[in-house]
Amino acid sequence: MTGGAREAVPPVLKVEDVGLAFAGVKAIDGVSFEVAPAELFAVIGPNGAGKTSVFNVLSGVYRPQRGTVTFLGEDVIGRPPHRIAAMGLARTFQNVELFHNLTVLDNLMLGRHHHFGYGPLQALLWLGRARREELAARARVEDIIDFLDLAAWRRHPVRLLPYGVQKRVELGRALAMEPRLLLLDEPVAGMNLEETEDMARFVLDIRDELGVPVVLVDHDMGLVMDLADRVLVLDFGRPVALGTPAEVQRDPKVVAAYLGGAP
Amino acid sequence: MTERTGQVGVRPGVRPDSGPGGPGAVRARRPKGRPLLYTAYAQDMALLDTRAKKAGLALLLGAAVLLSGLPDDLLVLLAAGYVAAIGAIGLNIVTGYAGQVSLGHAFFVAVGAYTAAAVSGDPGGRTLGFGITSMLVWLPAAGAAAALAGVLVAPLAARLRGLYLAIVTLGLVFLGEHVFKEWDHLTGGPGVGRPAAVPELFGFRFDADSALGTRAQSLYMLMLVLLVVFAVAARNLARSRIGRAFSAIRDRDIAAEVIGVPLTRYKTLAFAISSGYAGCAGALMYTVTGFFDPGSFNLLMSVQFIAMVLIGGVATVSGAIAGALFVTLLPRITQELPALLPFVSADTTQTPNVFQIQVALYGLLIVLFLVFEPRGLFGIWIRARAYWKSWPFSY
Ligand SMILES: Nc1ncnc2c1ncn2[C@@H]1O[C@H](COP(=O)(O)OP(=O)(O)OP(=O)(O)O)[C@@H](O)[C@H]1O
Ligand SMILES: [Mg+2]
Repeated sequence: MTGGAREAVPPVLKVEDVGLAFAGVKAIDGVSFEVAPAELFAVIGPNGAGKTSVFNVLSGVYRPQRGTVTFLGEDVIGRPPHRIAAMGLARTFQNVELFHNLTVLDNLMLGRHHHFGYGPLQALLWLGRARREELAARARVEDIIDFLDLAAWRRHPVRLLPYGVQKRVELGRALAMEPRLLLLDEPVAGMNLEETEDMARFVLDIRDELGVPVVLVDHDMGLVMDLADRVLVLDFGRPVALGTPAEVQRDPKVVAAYLGGAP
Repeated sequence: MTERTGQVGVRPGVRPDSGPGGPGAVRARRPKGRPLLYTAYAQDMALLDTRAKKAGLALLLGAAVLLSGLPDDLLVLLAAGYVAAIGAIGLNIVTGYAGQVSLGHAFFVAVGAYTAAAVSGDPGGRTLGFGITSMLVWLPAAGAAAALAGVLVAPLAARLRGLYLAIVTLGLVFLGEHVFKEWDHLTGGPGVGRPAAVPELFGFRFDADSALGTRAQSLYMLMLVLLVVFAVAARNLARSRIGRAFSAIRDRDIAAEVIGVPLTRYKTLAFAISSGYAGCAGALMYTVTGFFDPGSFNLLMSVQFIAMVLIGGVATVSGAIAGALFVTLLPRITQELPALLPFVSADTTQTPNVFQIQVALYGLLIVLFLVFEPRGLFGIWIRARAYWKSWPFSY
C-alpha cells in the first residue's frame, strides 16, 4: 500500500471544496480529496451521488460554481477539456464513448492525438515527419494492444465489438494518451465475472507497472475494497467518509447511506 | 479510414525500432502467397497495402489514360466529372469525415472560380483581371481564397449542429448569389458572365489544340492528373492525425475533446481544407467551357455535390470520385430520354421535361441510397467484392 508515505510527496490531484449545481440540484456539494502518486483512489456512492459529475469537473466538461482543482500543481478549472487532456488527464466513460465507426486501431491512435507534432500540410503530403510520427505512434499503440489483449480485434470497427471488449478499448484509448492520472468511471459495469477479473488485473498493472495513479468509480463493492488504497464515499453530492477500505466499511454513516437512511 | 476495416490484420512480426535508424527503417518484404501478412508497420499503414489494390489502381489509371482516345465531347464531359470529383472530395472532408453538413459548397466553388478568373483575367478587359495566367499562381490562389472563406464561416459550425448548420450554410449560397449578381466588375453580371481562368502552365495552353493532342485531350489529361493529386492528398489526410480527429468529432464530439482534440480548431480546419478543395474545383471547372455566369453557383450545385457524396459513399475518397462521375454523367443519360420515352420533353417550357426529371432523379437517388445503401456506390463495391471473395459460397 502506498498510503503511508503520502504526505511527503506533493499530490498529483488536489480537489478542494468543489461545488456544482444544476438548476438547483446540487450534484456536488463541498467535495475535497487528494490523490498521491501511484495511488489507487476509489470514489463510491449510491446512484446519483455525484461520482460522474466529479469526473466531469476534473476533465473540464463541467465547470463548478465553487472550489479549486489542482492537477500537477496547476489550477485546471476553466480550462477546456482538450487542454486538460494534453496535461495528462485521461478518463473512460460510464457509458462507453468510443468513436464507433473507427477501428480499434484508429480509436487507440486517437488517444495519441496530442503527442503528434505535424500539421495539415505535412498530413496532406505525408511528408517525412508525418510518416515518422505515425509509425512511432503505431508502435506505442501496438504495445497497448498487446497489454490489453486486443490483437484479435485490431481492424474491427468498435461498434461491432462485444460490450466488454469495448470497455477494454476505451481503457486502451486512455492509456494511449500516456496519462499522468487515469479516471475510470465504472470500468466493470455490466461485465461478467471473468471480464471483471481481467479488468481488475489491468487496473492493478497500470498502477504497479506503469506507475499511473488511478481514480476508480464503481458499484462493485468487492472490487473497490480489494483494489483501492483509499476510498471516498459520496451521498447526495456530499462527502460521507474518506479513508482506507477497512475504515470506510466500519463507518456507520456509510452503512446508513447505503441502506438509504441518509443522515 | 473505413475503407480498410473489412480485413483481418495479422500481427506484424517485426517492430520498427525507434532507435537512431528511426521507425520504419526496417523494410520488410511480404512472403509470397500471404497477402495479409505484414512484416512492418510501414507496410501495414501504406495507402495501397495489398498487391490487389496496387494492381487495381494501376488498371484503373491505365483505363483512364486510354479513355483520352474518346470523342472530344465525351472527353470534355469526363474532364468536368474529374473536376467535380475534386469538389466532391472536398465536401466529403467536411461532411463525410468531420460530420458537418454543409449546403454552402457552391459558395466556396464560386470564390475559387472568381479568384482564379480574376488573377488570370485580361487586365485590359471588361471584367477585373490581373493577367497572371500561370496555373501555378491562380490555382493555389483560388484554393487559398476559398479556404479563407471557409475559416470565416467555421465559427458558425462551432456553435451550430446538424440541421441548423445546414440551413445557415444554405444562407451562404443565397448571399453569394446576390453578391455575385451585383458585382458586375468581377462577375460580368447575370446573363453575361466573364471568361474563366486560363489554363496555362510553363507557356503550354491546355485549352488549345497542340502537337500533343486536341484541346479536349489536353484538358482531359490535365484534370485527370490533378484529380489524382487531390485524391492522394485527401487519402493522406484521412489516414493522418487530422483525418482521425475529424472522424472522432463526427462520431462523439465530447469524447473527442476529452481525449485532446480541440473541437473549434478542427472544425475550422475541416472547413478550410474542404473549401480549399472547392475553390480549386471552382477554378478549374470553367476552364473547360471557357466562360461562366454568376447564376451557376446556386442551391442546385450544392445539392449536386451532396448527391455525389451520398451516392458515392460517405467518408471515402474513391466513393466521392465515383459519385461525382455518376452525377456528372447522369444528364447525358437523361438527355436520351425524350427519344426513348415520348412523354418526356426536351423543351424546358413543357412538363415533364428532361431538366425536371434530372432534379427529381438526384432527389430520388439520394433517398434510395440513404435508405438501401447508406455507404453508397462504395458500399455496393464492398458487397460485390465480398461476394466474389466468398464465391461459390455466397451466403
Ligand atoms: N448535465 C446534467 N444536468 C442536470 N443534472 C445533472 C447533470 N449531470 C448530472 N446531473 C445530476 O447530478 C446528480 C449526480 O449525477 P451523477 O451522474 O454525477 O451521479 P453518479 O454518482 O455518477 O450516479 P450513477 O451511479 O448512477 O452513475 C444527479 O442528481 C443527476 O441527475
Ligand atoms: Mg455515474
